[in-house]
Amino acid sequence: MFIRLSAAIAALSLLGGPALAQGAKPTDPQIAHIAYTAGVIDINAAKQAITKASNKDVKSFAQDMVRDHEAVNKQALDLVKKLKVTPEDNDTSKTLSKQATEKLAELDKLKGAEYDKAYVANEVAYHKAVNGALETQLIPSASNAELKSLLQTGLKIFQGHQQHAEQVAAKLK
Amino acid sequence: MRWECHLPVMTALLFGAMAAPAQAATIQITSTDLVFAPSEVSAKVGDTIEWINTDVFVHTATARNGDFDVNMPPKKTVTSVLQKAGTVEYYCRFHPNMKAVLTIAP
Repeated sequence: MFIRLSAAIAALSLLGGPALAQGAKPTDPQIAHIAYTAGVIDINAAKQAITKASNKDVKSFAQDMVRDHEAVNKQALDLVKKLKVTPEDNDTSKTLSKQATEKLAELDKLKGAEYDKAYVANEVAYHKAVNGALETQLIPSASNAELKSLLQTGLKIFQGHQQHAEQVAAKLK
Repeated sequence: MRWECHLPVMTALLFGAMAAPAQAATIQITSTDLVFAPSEVSAKVGDTIEWINTDVFVHTATARNGDFDVNMPPKKTVTSVLQKAGTVEYYCRFHPNMKAVLTIAP
């Protein structure tokens, strides 16, 4: 499990590595794509949890994730439309999606309390990783002020989710 | 009519006026970009709080001591009347990084 978690974190840390070659800063269209992808990944994980989770706090946490991440992504889409920016797929987005698909398959094999714990633990780690990427890479690299400000709101939302996930995780013990 | 006759009436009027509750206030607290503002508010029992949520996210104002739990739908304003005195720390259940304090005088 920790190997998987660190794989997700490694994917995000690619932001500073070979995914964006020669230490190039991600461009705004790439940043928009990465942020949107990160949201979609969490929505997919949450949708799986809504059908699989047995604990009611875990289920309602998953519903919160769908609601909030869909709201953030709607704002992101509205913004790129307004700015006439086309989100650009990139290696970081691809790696994130690939890792997430593997993670979903792995979680799908678990059941009951075991699933609930694994889902929530992954939510804590995933939000932590996304927050790290937002703080150290995506926000500082964003050049458009409105994109930067949306990412900053995203960071606060994700920090809130991380704390919420930590609380749910603590109750499962 | 003698003065003495008026006294009870005047007393009643005077005390009646004193006993009537002070005008209840309406206080606005906004949640914008995951921040409650102002973060510290003083109010009195009977005052109305207008919770203005300018975010596209659902928030709650949930008292840690259980005194209130207000649901704040996105882009909506909801009101609640303060029922109990005390210094109440509250937070958002969905985003526990949102925290603020309401000091409610009796």
